[in-house]
Amino acid sequence: MRTARSRHVTSGAMIGLTYLAAILATLPLVLILGHLVAKGASSLSLSFFTHMPKPVGESGGGMANAIVGTLILIGVASLIGLPIGIGAGLYLAEKRRTPLANVVRFLSDVLNGLPSIVIGIFAWEILVKPSGFSALAGGVALGAMMIPLVTRTTEEMLLVVPNSLREAALALGYARWRASISVVLRTALAGIATGVLVAVARIAGETAPLLFTAFGNAFWSTSLRQAIAALPLQIYAYAISAYDEWHRLAWAGALVLITLVLIISIAARFATRSRFGAPVD
Amino acid sequence: MLQSTEVAREKPARIVTPTVQVRALEPTVASEHAKPCIVTRDLTAFFGETPAIRNISSSIPQQAVTAIIGPSGCGKSTFLRCLNRMHETVPGARVEGTVEILGSPIYGEGTNPIAVRRHVGMVFQRPTPFPTMSIRANVAAGLRIAAKKGELEGSTDEIVEEALQRAGLWAEVKDRLDESATALSGGQQQRLCIARALATRPRVILLDEPTASLDPLSVQKVEELVYELRDSVTVVIVTHNMQQAARVSDRTAFLLAGELVEFGSTRELFTAPRDPRTESYITGRFG
Repeated sequence: MRTARSRHVTSGAMIGLTYLAAILATLPLVLILGHLVAKGASSLSLSFFTHMPKPVGESGGGMANAIVGTLILIGVASLIGLPIGIGAGLYLAEKRRTPLANVVRFLSDVLNGLPSIVIGIFAWEILVKPSGFSALAGGVALGAMMIPLVTRTTEEMLLVVPNSLREAALALGYARWRASISVVLRTALAGIATGVLVAVARIAGETAPLLFTAFGNAFWSTSLRQAIAALPLQIYAYAISAYDEWHRLAWAGALVLITLVLIISIAARFATRSRFGAPVD
Repeated sequence: MLQSTEVAREKPARIVTPTVQVRALEPTVASEHAKPCIVTRDLTAFFGETPAIRNISSSIPQQAVTAIIGPSGCGKSTFLRCLNRMHETVPGARVEGTVEILGSPIYGEGTNPIAVRRHVGMVFQRPTPFPTMSIRANVAAGLRIAAKKGELEGSTDEIVEEALQRAGLWAEVKDRLDESATALSGGQQQRLCIARALATRPRVILLDEPTASLDPLSVQKVEELVYELRDSVTVVIVTHNMQQAARVSDRTAFLLAGELVEFGSTRELFTAPRDPRTESYITGRFG
C-alpha cells in the first residue's frame, strides 16, 4: 500500500512540475507584454502613428516614419525572400536527393543559423559601401534572412502533400511543372503562407542587420535609395538616449512592434487552420 | 484453411449472384473476337536493375473489361502503369519492349508521354480528388489542358455534367458542384476520380485496385459503373479480389512473379484454367 501511495505522490509531484514548467515557459512573454503595456500604453495615441519625431525637449511626436519604414523594409525583404525561398523550396521538394539539393539544404540551414549581424555586414559590403545607406540595403539584408526560413518551410509543406496527388495530376496529362504548381504547390499553399508569415514576424523585429544598412532616419523618407527609419532602430536610438520623453516613446514603439508581430503570428495560426479546412458551405 | 474455403466460394459459377453471373458470361463470347486495343510485346519494366515484370506479350481487346489478377508484388500495378507511361515517373524506373494503343506505339521515338496520358485515363487505389478544387473544377481538371488544343467539343459545364453522369455521380452532386471535393464520401470521391478521368474522353481507362479502400456498397457502385463503361471505353482493372474480376471482366490475365501466366476469357480462366499455377492460385493454394 505504501508503495502505491508513494507512487501517487511522485506522480502528482512530477505532473505539478510539468505544469510549473509550462507556466514558466509562457511567463517571459506575459511579463514582457504586461511591462510594455504598463510603460508604453500611456504614450500611445493617434499622433504616435501619424506624427513625426519631435526634437528633444518638445513633448509629443510619434514614429510615423519608423512605422512606414518598417513596412517598406518588410515589403522589400518579402519581394526578395519569397520568390527565391519558395522557388528553392520547390526545387528541394522536387529533386529531393540530388547533390545540389543536399548542398542547398545544408547551406540554407547554415544561413538560418547565421548571426543576423553578419548578414548586415554582408549587405553593407555589397550595397552600402558603393552607394550609401539605403532602404534597399536593409531590405536585402532582411530578405537574405527570410530566404532560408521560407525555403525550408516550403519544402516541408510540399513534402506533406501526398505523392498520390502528384501522380493523379500526371495521369491526367499534366506536365511535371504543371502538376507541381497547380496541384502540389496549391495544396500546400496554406501551410506555406503560415511559414511565410512566421518568417515575416521574425524579420520585422530584427535590429542588427539594419544598423548599418537602413541606418535609420529622423525624417520622412519612402525612397529605397535613402536611409530609412525602422521601428527597431528607432526604439534602440530612443532607449539609449538620456531623455525621459524619448524613453517613453521607445516603450510605446516596442509595444507597437510586438503587437505587429503578434498580429502576424495570429494570422499565421488562422492560415494553418484553414489548411485542415472545415467543409465549405 | 480459412483461405482455401474463402477462395473456394469465389468460384464464379457458384458465388456470384445470378444477374452478375450472366453479365460475366454474356459479353465474353463477343470479346474473344474483338479487335485488340492494347498490344504489348516483350514488355519488361525495371525498378533500377530489378525487373518487376518480364517479357509480357498480350493483346487487350477493345471495348471490353480486362482484369489483371495475381498475388501482391506480382507486378499487376507495374504492368498497368506501363500502359500510360506512368511507370517511368518513378526515379530509376524504365521500360523495355513495345506497347501499342490502337495501333500507335506509345514508347515510340518522339512520342510525348503527356499526350499518351491524356488519352489513357487512370484511377488509383485511394481516391485522389484535388483538395483545393471544387467538385466541378476537379472534373474539369484534365480538360483545361486538352481544351487548349481544341480537342474536345462542348462547353466545360456540358462535359462536366456528362462525365459525372457516366460516373453515376451526377444526381448526388448536381446541387453542390462548387463545394469542396474532399467533403464527399470515399466512394463518391472515387467515382469523382473516375468522372475526372472520363472527362477528357479517353479511349482507355486504367483502374488500379479502384475499390480497395471502399466500403461494400461503394464497391458495388463502382463495379456497376465499370460494367457500364465497357460499351464506350476499353477498361483494364487491376484487382486482388478474384470475385471482383469474375464479376466485372470479360477477360482476365493472371500474373505471377512478374510473368504473365495465363490470359483468357474470364469464364475459362476461372472454371477451366490451363496452367496449374493459375489453378492453384484461384483455388487458394497460395497467394
